[in-house]
Amino acid sequence: MNYRLRERIIKRVLMGAASTSILVVILIFLFLGKEAFPFIYEPGLSGLWNKRWIPVSFIQEFYGIIPLITGSVLVTIIAVVIMIPFGVLGAIYVAEIATAWEKNILKPFIEILAGIPSVVIGFFGLVVLSPVVKSLFGLNTGLTAFTGALLLALMAIPTVISISEDAIHSVPQSFKEASLALGASRLQTIWRVTVPAALPGIIAAIMLGMGRVIGETMVVLMVTGNAAKISWNPFDSVRTMTATIAAEMGEVAFGSTHYQALFWVAIVLLFITFLLNVVAQKVLKKYQMR
Amino acid sequence: MVNFDNPKIIVKQLDFYYGEVQALFDISLQIPEKQVTALIGPSGCGKSTFLRMLNRMNDIIPGTHHQGKILIDNSEIYSDNTDVVQLRKSVGMVFQKSNPFPKSVYDNIAYGPRIHGITDKNVLNEIVEKSLQGAALWDEVKDRLDESAISLSGGQQQRLCIARALAVEPEIILMDEPASALDPKSTARIENLIGELRKEYTIVIVTHNMQQAARVSDMTAFFYEGNLIEHDQTQTIFTSPAIKQTEDYITGRFG
Repeated sequence: MNYRLRERIIKRVLMGAASTSILVVILIFLFLGKEAFPFIYEPGLSGLWNKRWIPVSFIQEFYGIIPLITGSVLVTIIAVVIMIPFGVLGAIYVAEIATAWEKNILKPFIEILAGIPSVVIGFFGLVVLSPVVKSLFGLNTGLTAFTGALLLALMAIPTVISISEDAIHSVPQSFKEASLALGASRLQTIWRVTVPAALPGIIAAIMLGMGRVIGETMVVLMVTGNAAKISWNPFDSVRTMTATIAAEMGEVAFGSTHYQALFWVAIVLLFITFLLNVVAQKVLKKYQMR
Repeated sequence: MVNFDNPKIIVKQLDFYYGEVQALFDISLQIPEKQVTALIGPSGCGKSTFLRMLNRMNDIIPGTHHQGKILIDNSEIYSDNTDVVQLRKSVGMVFQKSNPFPKSVYDNIAYGPRIHGITDKNVLNEIVEKSLQGAALWDEVKDRLDESAISLSGGQQQRLCIARALAVEPEIILMDEPASALDPKSTARIENLIGELRKEYTIVIVTHNMQQAARVSDMTAFFYEGNLIEHDQTQTIFTSPAIKQTEDYITGRFG
């Protein structure tokens, strides 16, 4: 085989590997659209814009996804609020302040935390955390949005820490030296030079953590109580979009209205994560321009 | 050893180590006030290390230690009760590679005053203007103070770094090969600027470029392999050095 042919074959193989993701994304879109499509005629898309999600009933079914969206949004907001300070401050400590000795202990533990399967975290939440939440806040049940958010934050923190740490670490030493040479203390340097310079990376880290939170299924299915109602109270049970799909898809009649409604939930979820990504990219670009 | 009536900096028998490796050997040197002292010598001779001793920048490198004394205005800068923040405020530094912060021109200059507690907008405006004028940059950037410092040219960036150092009102300015990365025209501007600054500041400049040392400095110290070989009036060093090694280096026989 001559080398030119070989080069061409290798190039095609690599290109094929690289394009797989494009193909998969297109196929997923087509598949989702195809399965969800008949819902548009019967009962109609306006059926989704309803405050009740009661897909199985002897009287009347409701396929309103508003409570599922608010459930997902509530859990995500709380999780992100918890995740940002722990993740970012943790990253600053690991990258700039920790001694080599401390780093050797901290980093493996952060990696272990990142590697714990979500079902194990959910199990821990169900058995250990939810009774604590219940008695601490005097609730009827410990299965709340807050409980789920706490666990989701725990799962996303390692992502935020390691990506932010990389960003902080890659701030040129010369910036830090310039700041110190002007008489800034170490903390002033971190706060006013290092962190602002690393901000695009830190924002990307937060966005990725958020993506992990909003897409996570197992933990929320296990600990948020799965009550499909509209509530902005962190200590209510809620039901997220992901948990709904996971819980109901296995038992739904193939091709039924309920089945199609679940596909619409998936489409909305996909749209939200897509939007999140676009916003993240825009923010990143804006900061990188400076 | 050259002595002065009223030296700004006095270094006595300074040894310095990176871990086990000794980088400076028994350096004794006096640096006169409001003059330019050039430190010359081949790469790795210890001149930059010596410079970084004077504002304690070597402190941030783990595993370093030293013996000997460094006195600025007759007070020891490595004593236990030295305030490093105050020291670095009065001993400014300009680095080899210009390193403006990724902030606006204005915020770069205002950075130092702000960390030292100045918040009054009018005072800051005044400092920014004065510092930029001091670094001969004001006319070029007065209409673009809000632009990113990164958008300036290389020579402008270096003068911005000088202005940034001036903004905290230092008495001494250390320059570590400030023009080595610049084109000849920008280099000339920096050299002119040094000529202006010496009226008000004590300047210590490390340079690779012997012509530059000859042009800008009053005193020259020649370092070789961590030792101070010779220290004298620049004119003397470049016309009739006392030591053969100095002459060999000046005439380009090695280095």
